[in-house]
Amino acid sequence: MLTDIAIIITKIMIVIGGTFTAVAYLILAERKVAGFVQERYGPNRVGIWGLLQPIADGVKTMLKEDITPAKANRIIYHLAPAMVLAPALVTFAVVPFGSGIDAFGRHIAFQIADINIGILFIFAITSIGVYGVVLGGWSSNNKYSLLGGVRSSAQMISYELALGLSVVGILLLTGSLRLNDIVEAQIGMWNVFRQPVAFMIFLVAVFAETNRLPFDLAESEQELIAGYHIEYSGFKYSMFMLGEYSNIITASALIVTLFFGGWTVPFIDVTKLGHLGAFLSVVSFAVKTGFFLFLYLWVRWTLPRFRYDQLMHLGWKILLPLALLNLLFTAAWITYV
Amino acid sequence: MLGEYLPLFFLGVIVFGLIAVMLFLVRLLQPKRRSETDLEPYESGTTPTSFARTRFSVKFFIIAIIFIIFDIEVVFMYPWAVVFKELLNIGTFIFIEMLTFLGILVVGLIYVWKMGALEWD
Repeated sequence: MLTDIAIIITKIMIVIGGTFTAVAYLILAERKVAGFVQERYGPNRVGIWGLLQPIADGVKTMLKEDITPAKANRIIYHLAPAMVLAPALVTFAVVPFGSGIDAFGRHIAFQIADINIGILFIFAITSIGVYGVVLGGWSSNNKYSLLGGVRSSAQMISYELALGLSVVGILLLTGSLRLNDIVEAQIGMWNVFRQPVAFMIFLVAVFAETNRLPFDLAESEQELIAGYHIEYSGFKYSMFMLGEYSNIITASALIVTLFFGGWTVPFIDVTKLGHLGAFLSVVSFAVKTGFFLFLYLWVRWTLPRFRYDQLMHLGWKILLPLALLNLLFTAAWITYV
Repeated sequence: MLGEYLPLFFLGVIVFGLIAVMLFLVRLLQPKRRSETDLEPYESGTTPTSFARTRFSVKFFIIAIIFIIFDIEVVFMYPWAVVFKELLNIGTFIFIEMLTFLGILVVGLIYVWKMGALEWD
């Protein structure tokens, strides 16, 4: 029992530590990619190649003054960043990031909780993040942040429909909500080849869910300056950033898990290779996730921002009917072919 | 059964504990405020006019209402999708059943669409 608890705690520490490190270097990678896209260097003063920049940034946000506007609703204002960050850190718990190893006389899965409602859990928890955004925007008592919060919440709930519906196609094929079952069902054939339309819908919807370009209307600098977190400064501001980037990492991991075989390695059965196999599975998962993280940055510096009516048009009139058609087609295919 | 959820409970406790500790430590480190103007709402440098507690477009509210209806219908589809292959052995009734349900959902979507609730101008 004690060993079990120790293993659970260790896994939690590894995942949280890994997420924080990944977020720090994702922000650096974003600035580096931005630099190279615009033919400049990006951060290169702190450490070799700017590699210590995340630490400098972290220390800086901690030492900055934390302003609470005089007219803000204080309790909600202080709680909102935590309501964004906490769900973002919890969602990764059900994503399997490796095949697992046999040690201490038991099988240790590389996943914090292997629950049978994995996908539902992810959607349920990520929805809570909307509250943090809209309450943060509202409680600051600033017109820009109010607009940013309201826009952002409408955008996130609109694309959640398409997101939820696109996954149903995979559930029809797999017959399980458990993410490990979905990964194992993809050995030999990734879901992206079985459900290409669902993948496209999921990819677009996930960009909108994480408020990233071309869907970053919540923050659109030219109109709203920063959007819902305009009044936040110091560490509370960086909590919003941590939450946003953790969401990006979870979203990339989820794309890989649902459509690109998760931790499986093509043509190699890693479950038979022992510790080497476990290592290979983690590397495979990390490489695939890394590609989608890069895709986020790539898209950001390639596509301009949508107008709000275009955003709503895409979400409700294109993606939602398309997801319904895909669902119908998949069900009919399974039934009659 | 509950054992599956034990790690999630630990994770929740650790995450909230971590956030609380970080917020407390940062409070010790950060400098105190300097002037009264820092505390005013930011409006691009001009003197703030009126409160932000104003009215905003009702369209956001309509979208939220429509979302709740459709999201519940989406959630109904999850258990259906999970047992779909199993129940297909008995007959195609499960497919026809969901076809009816989807039909009603699509009628709702078309109605909302035609009423102009999804138009933004």
